[in-house]
Amino acid sequence: MENITPQLYALLVFMIVGSIVAIETRNLLSAVISVAAVGFALSVAFLFLGAPDIAITQLVVEVLVLIILIRGTILLDNTAVESHRDTLAVVTSLIFFGLVLGFGAMIFGGRGFPEFGEPLMRVSRVYVHTGLPATYCANIVSSVILDFRAYDTMGEATVLFTSILGALALLRKDGKRKEEEVVAA
Amino acid sequence: MTVYFMCIVLLTMGLYCLVAKKNIVKKILGIVIMDYAVNLYIIIVGYKTGGVAPIIEPNMPAATLERFVDPLTQALVLTSIVIGLGVLSLMVAMCIRLYEKHGTFDMSVISKLRG
Repeated sequence: MENITPQLYALLVFMIVGSIVAIETRNLLSAVISVAAVGFALSVAFLFLGAPDIAITQLVVEVLVLIILIRGTILLDNTAVESHRDTLAVVTSLIFFGLVLGFGAMIFGGRGFPEFGEPLMRVSRVYVHTGLPATYCANIVSSVILDFRAYDTMGEATVLFTSILGALALLRKDGKRKEEEVVAA
Repeated sequence: MTVYFMCIVLLTMGLYCLVAKKNIVKKILGIVIMDYAVNLYIIIVGYKTGGVAPIIEPNMPAATLERFVDPLTQALVLTSIVIGLGVLSLMVAMCIRLYEKHGTFDMSVISKLRG
């Protein structure tokens, strides 16, 4: 198998540049589309990293994210927020994010953490070796999601249902109070 | 190690966008970027050099099982991506509601209005 590190670096640089454009541009539509470009690069990175299921899911979710965000932005207000830039706040936050970056590099790049390309796989070895005999599923990721860790998937469905319910409750047209006001009037 | 560091750079940029920007849509975009960074980080932790996707094919030699990348991290990230979509839809719904009430996306104006 060939070495994928150069491709991965190229995609990561693309993602970082796309994020800078998304953060610093004044137009909201440009920012949303830049974030979508970052998401599609992420999908390609998943393909290189040997995760085709994740890549497909990321692609579908990315299109939905684009639709939802464009609905939330361009149909309402596409103008940038024109306000004076608070220099002290920006400098302070940049200093603290430098600290976050440094400590993150110390923790996740230091000793005791698995090197890139050498995962621990203490639990996953069992899944890989017993996946086919135990669940009759050729795709080990599917067997982990739907059989070994099915309770996780149930929790995911609960979270998804709750968030969609909350969004519907926020977006409904006629609330209860409005009806009472109409009756009172 | 540089790959990990670049993921943390992406996460920090999302955090900066979340904290320092005034526009609500920009804050949401910061959360989305942090989501991407964390998902990519977890997948990269589970990558094995020369690894192949964990899908068993017919007549596959048993040695290929040892070359599979970590399926557990992939399963967890699959869950995380879908939850990210749900949370994003909830955030955009709140954002649309705030715009209907206040007529602006600017965080400082909305906090002054005491709505």
